[in-house]
Amino acid sequence: MDLRRPPRSTSGGVEPKIRQVGFVTPDVSAPTEPAAVGAAPAPQSGTAVGSPTASDLAPGSLSPVMIPPPLHADHLSPDSPSPAASDAILASSAPQPSSMRFDAASELGEDDSRSLAPSAGELEANKGDLAGDSASIPQKQKTSKAERRAIQEAQRAAKAAAKEAGLSGKSTGAASGANPAISKQAKLAKTSQKKDVPHAASTVGSEKKISERLPERDRKKDAPHPRMQFDDVHRVEKAKKRAIVNQSEARNRVELFRHLPQYVHGTQLPDLESKFFQLEPIHPSVYKVGLQYLSGEVSGGNGRCIAMLLAFREAIKDYSTPPNKTLSRDLTAKISSYVSFFIECRPLSISMGNAIRFLKNRIAKLPLTLSESETKVSLQTDIERFINEKIVVADQVIVSHAITKVRDDDVLLTYGSSSVVEMILNYAHELGRKFRVIVVDSRPKLEGQGLLRRLVAKGINCTYTHINAVSYIMHEVTRVFLGASSILSNGTVYSRVGTASVAMVAHAFGIPVLVCCEAYKFHERVQLDSICANELGDPDVISKVPGRADLGHLKNWADNENLQLLNLMYDATPSDYVSMIITDYGMLPPTSVPVIVREYRKEHLWV
Amino acid sequence: MPDVQPLVSEFVLKLKRRKVEGSHAVARQTAELLRSVVSQHRMGSTNQAAALADAIRSVGEQLISANPIVGNIVRRVLHIIKEEDISSTAVGIEGLSVTVDSDDEYDSGNDDHPTLSAAVLASHARNALRAPSLQTLLDDIPVSTALSRSASSTGDSDGKTAGDKSLKTRKLKHDVIAAIGDLIEEIDTCYDQISEQAVELIHQNEVILTLGRSRTVKEFLYAAKEKKRSFRVFVAEGSPRYQGHVLAKELVEKGVQTTVITDSAIFAMISRVNMVIVGAHAIMANGGVIAPVGMNMVALAAQKHAVPFVVVAGSHKLCPLYPHNPEVLLNELKSPSDLLDFGEFSNCMNFSTQDGTPLLNVVNPTFDYVPPKLVSLFVTDTGGHSPSYMYRLISEYYSADDLVVQRKSTS
Repeated sequence: MDLRRPPRSTSGGVEPKIRQVGFVTPDVSAPTEPAAVGAAPAPQSGTAVGSPTASDLAPGSLSPVMIPPPLHADHLSPDSPSPAASDAILASSAPQPSSMRFDAASELGEDDSRSLAPSAGELEANKGDLAGDSASIPQKQKTSKAERRAIQEAQRAAKAAAKEAGLSGKSTGAASGANPAISKQAKLAKTSQKKDVPHAASTVGSEKKISERLPERDRKKDAPHPRMQFDDVHRVEKAKKRAIVNQSEARNRVELFRHLPQYVHGTQLPDLESKFFQLEPIHPSVYKVGLQYLSGEVSGGNGRCIAMLLAFREAIKDYSTPPNKTLSRDLTAKISSYVSFFIECRPLSISMGNAIRFLKNRIAKLPLTLSESETKVSLQTDIERFINEKIVVADQVIVSHAITKVRDDDVLLTYGSSSVVEMILNYAHELGRKFRVIVVDSRPKLEGQGLLRRLVAKGINCTYTHINAVSYIMHEVTRVFLGASSILSNGTVYSRVGTASVAMVAHAFGIPVLVCCEAYKFHERVQLDSICANELGDPDVISKVPGRADLGHLKNWADNENLQLLNLMYDATPSDYVSMIITDYGMLPPTSVPVIVREYRKEHLWV
Repeated sequence: MPDVQPLVSEFVLKLKRRKVEGSHAVARQTAELLRSVVSQHRMGSTNQAAALADAIRSVGEQLISANPIVGNIVRRVLHIIKEEDISSTAVGIEGLSVTVDSDDEYDSGNDDHPTLSAAVLASHARNALRAPSLQTLLDDIPVSTALSRSASSTGDSDGKTAGDKSLKTRKLKHDVIAAIGDLIEEIDTCYDQISEQAVELIHQNEVILTLGRSRTVKEFLYAAKEKKRSFRVFVAEGSPRYQGHVLAKELVEKGVQTTVITDSAIFAMISRVNMVIVGAHAIMANGGVIAPVGMNMVALAAQKHAVPFVVVAGSHKLCPLYPHNPEVLLNELKSPSDLLDFGEFSNCMNFSTQDGTPLLNVVNPTFDYVPPKLVSLFVTDTGGHSPSYMYRLISEYYSADDLVVQRKSTS
């Protein structure tokens, strides 16, 4: 025992307890079917060591550091064929109401041959034609794509900006496992990249081609689809033609970031505002949220996601199916068009991407027997439940875990402004813990000032400094709490630029770094550095320093071709700097993120 | 001394108010000030070197509290005085032996004195010129008093050398002033000598990262550009002073491809950087660097990505002190208004807390300490050195008993 540490009994935190390492079958109320399905071998084969020791948490619930084995519901759908596939997790979540829904969905899903529920049964059994076609699909695609595009061109000429792409009779598919921004790439994985693939705005057309093959590909290629790379001039031209927002490419772009979009920021907002009453394919609430993204009013992973989902809910409420179209396909097309509009306003965050995947999947799995109004109501409740369970309640769970890590006389450092970390600090202060907070901030967004204002107003003792001084201040710090925009499958934390520096310095001083992130933000992508995928912000804000009129050296930076300004929004923190990730699944090491993504993907995104 | 006091006070005030900024300007003006102190110092007949050193020390005490560079220059001048004195007495030793020989018939009564004094002189001269070692520390006769004693003895014993003596007086002052002039020139020309080494370190298609603005780095990069090396530079702004903007503008005028990034993006970009080149405020005796704030973060990131971290600095920045707790003791905290506007937070602060502690602290340090293990190379006007070598250069420029610049009581 380290004698230098203060005795733990005086702290307000949790006493250390003996934790059981490894997979343990909990004796909890959550359904724990033994794996008759033979899936997910590792967790099930782990011996049931015994019930977890009593902890401060609710009796019977899991200790925070254990990941419960994925739960299988083989009590559902007895007629689900050939359950031998590896992840036949149709509906395995803990919350009971959802499992009931999943029962209904899966049973009906069996009937709907076009559904994209990536269940084992469908893949093995019913899709004989699909299996037979898999070899010949590229050829089949070429012809149908060409004729379909001809139809689309004709229709597009007649219609306004947003596409109701011609439905050629192939079944629709919500692009399961694919973000709308990247869904057009879904077929690229199979077909050659050289083909002229229509841009995201006409994603729907492309999605139809790949619907039946998607489940199979989902199965075989768990790799996430590559995103649109903006250094391909041809594709960028096509994208521009379909764009709603007129974007002009920025001058003096940094070579290293040619693959990311960068547009001149000054002109987008007024241009879009002027079109407010003209663009009737876009629902007004969606339009409003897009404007809020552009202006920067709504920022932060959770905030943007919630705003988007609420806008979609409004759009669904006002939606009415056009004649001769099925609701699910048409609604999916509409959602895709809204998403492409959002992308033009501001590139999607990973949390938003996951939420869109969820929504499209829900639409795809709608039972066909419901009437239109019932469908709309069910979708709206789905959205509300997603927000509630995945964001609101998840945040509460994270706070309850993280509060055990805040002790009296702690000095906590945080960077930028994260909603979850703010909740933790507020809760700790309410509980009466004695601690102080150091807020580290950086240009150009200076988000820390907002957080500082709110904390000081609550009466928390705060210190404020800028990121260069983090080496100076790190001597006083006991814990570092950071938020994240997403956590990737190799444990890399993708978060606001500067987080990596803070984590590195904390690691160099031997201070634990705790990252707080809801599980819905996890993604199966991997990333090694901050350059391959990022977002470029407005470079002009770098040249202007507010409040310092004497620093006008870079005023006319665009005139000089040798000078570039780079405004990165995100960076990737390597997993070795992170001590622990606190999610609503518990407190995990960074290496457990791919486990959550893989084993819980079906459950936690209701995909 | 009274006539130099207003000059000194004025300079101290300028330093405290940071009207003089930049290591070069500070060093130069300090040296010039000390030169004028020396030239205006009325040399007594005895104890010249000691008195001169004392005068410098008294001035130095006032200056050092403002700036470590100033301390370096003061110690350099003290060392110069000592050296000049030693070399002139070394010349004098030969002269003495000559006079002893020639004045044989005169000084028959005193012939033991000259030889004794010569021997004492010689031994002490040897001591002073040797690097500080245990032996010199254990010889508890301080050099200056020994010198004074020997000087006085020669002065007393031999009236004939009175004429020589005044010559020697003027010569010492003259020598010291000349040497200080050399020091000033060295400060001015350090950039050229450092920049000559640029071509050896920067090859084609390099990507260089720097933070803030250092004149030495600027000259270094200019020299490489002159030699037609093609390289790109990422300049980090260096808040809260944002001098990186100025450097970017200057580099662009010379045609260097420059990208300005924020300090938070340093870790993100450093994986694509070949070399980090930065300036320093001071180099400490252990090879550690006192640099503008943020440099430790850059050094850690460079170490993680195995990017060489090169510090370019003139030798006048080499400080003989060892950094104990440098973040606190060798740092300055500037005004918080650089980070937060004053009125911004007054509405949400509750000043009526029971214990009176304010709820909001703002920390704005000026300097950062980079430990020697993070530095790959020092490029100075004497060439390139590794951090473990820097302590050897100290003995060349400084004397051991000048580490604490304090006015010694007159012996």
